[in-house]
Amino acid sequence: MNKIRINRLKDKGFSVLGMVSTLFGLILLGVLFGDIIIEGVQRINWDFLTNLPSRKPEKSGIFTAMMGSVWILLLTTIISFPIGVAAAVYLEEYATKGRLSRILEINISNLAGVPSIIYGLLGLEVFARLMGLGPSVLAGSLTLSLLILPIIIVATRESIKAVPSSIRDASFALGASKWQTTYFQVLPASFGGILTGVILALSRAVGEAAPLIVVGALAYVPFAPKTPMDEFSVMPIQIFNWISRPQHGFIVNASAAIIVLLVITFAMNGVAMYLRSRWQKRIKW
Amino acid sequence: MRRYKELVIEKFLLFSALITILTTVGIILVLAIEAFKFFSEVSIFDFFTDTEWTPLFTIKHYGILPLLSGTFLTSFIAIAVALPLGLTIAVFLSEYAPKKFRNFIKPSLELLAAVPTVVYGFFALTIVTPFLQQIIPGMSGFNSLSAGIVMGIMIIPIISSLSEDALNAVPYSLREASYGMGSTRLQTAFKVAVPAASSGIVVSIILAISRAIGETMIVAIAAGQQPRLTANPFVPIETLTAYIVQVSLGDVQHDSIEYRTIFAAGITLFVFTFILNNISHWVKNKYREEYE
Repeated sequence: MNKIRINRLKDKGFSVLGMVSTLFGLILLGVLFGDIIIEGVQRINWDFLTNLPSRKPEKSGIFTAMMGSVWILLLTTIISFPIGVAAAVYLEEYATKGRLSRILEINISNLAGVPSIIYGLLGLEVFARLMGLGPSVLAGSLTLSLLILPIIIVATRESIKAVPSSIRDASFALGASKWQTTYFQVLPASFGGILTGVILALSRAVGEAAPLIVVGALAYVPFAPKTPMDEFSVMPIQIFNWISRPQHGFIVNASAAIIVLLVITFAMNGVAMYLRSRWQKRIKW
Repeated sequence: MRRYKELVIEKFLLFSALITILTTVGIILVLAIEAFKFFSEVSIFDFFTDTEWTPLFTIKHYGILPLLSGTFLTSFIAIAVALPLGLTIAVFLSEYAPKKFRNFIKPSLELLAAVPTVVYGFFALTIVTPFLQQIIPGMSGFNSLSAGIVMGIMIIPIISSLSEDALNAVPYSLREASYGMGSTRLQTAFKVAVPAASSGIVVSIILAISRAIGETMIVAIAAGQQPRLTANPFVPIETLTAYIVQVSLGDVQHDSIEYRTIFAAGITLFVFTFILNNISHWVKNKYREEYE
């Protein structure tokens, strides 16, 4: 065999290897979900969704954890959405290219790389202890808001950047102020991208367990939270708790809870992707 | 009146942006203050040289090495899994696969990173560990191998997506020149495209390492809770992050030395990820190759 043939063979070989590697991850994902669905799907029924946690696996439900997750999601959205968008608007539309905006930029990308559990330590000390919020829904939401702020800011900046400056010039030429231009032109035009980023960030928040455990969220909560100051658990923590029990019944429960959690996460990701593709198609500058 | 309103709005926007700075300052202050209190009771020398970490036992030792070794062992296994796979996928998607296939596969792979980490922990404990125990008899139910492998699968998309972006940014003319000289796709990929995209690829690897070091739930579920200075991947260990979770779940008095140990572990973790993140910025800015 001459060298050319060997090289061509290597080329073909890598092509096969690449295909196998690419499919490897997806197949593993399939195996994982298949196993979880087989184990857990028969456990999902109305009782499972509405029962309080119990010492007996067949009587346990995810109601308190699910309500905790809903509370966390709601408060985190209310806190992080305006702050994240505002910070991005400041960086893109208002900040002059100087020392401050450079520091802000480096700082934001650094924050994105800080492990989530470190945010938990911050939340424990500042929100739960110094501000006296205790291990409450509010303390947890504030912690997660700080965690997802960098993601929201980066996504919002990207979509604001995509708005052409001619739109702004036209608005200024009609006598609009800076804020009027931002609020009536730039933000509506970039809203699809912003929404996509926020939803993706929130889907990350729904799956987080570690920072909330550190802030003091409990593995066992007898009742669903009623106010932002109540103690709480969330679905990932409930799953974690069930995984660490020895009885097989709890493993089944964990699988069932994972199915519910994955449905929520993937639904959020799906909506985000749909919004992204729709917005990309509709707006042509 | 309108001027006044504009000014107030601008101040609010600026304040929102400054919250990110406050967050960083907050993290550093909280970790530093609590770690300072910790080191007023434990000598720094012991912290770095003692080979036992037993703050929750009667005979207390405060050596961070066992937790550090646990963290590095699991991260090393994760990178050993994710690096070859992630890089192969990136090269395959950018140099070999048809555009349509790539546009479908890339978001699907990114789903791997969207799965909550407790789910991966469950996967490691209930599927991977029993499977590995059949091959390696005597392996413990909690071990760093299984946790590391699953963590590796989780971080594949970080390497594959970011590296693929970097490869995609390499202008096509470079490849055409290589093809024109008779190279195969494989030669073009590894001798032209990969070197040209090397800074982006290195950044993706560093980010993946940093993510592995900070990963919590997988190791808390599947790697065990026994701080141990070892390189043996078959026995239970404990990572920095898993220790923080373990203490947080228990009843620990505020303002006790046990309480402060989680901040000592936290600052150690923060320092490592902070250094890695800054290296990645530095590489990104310094070695970016620009093409016309």
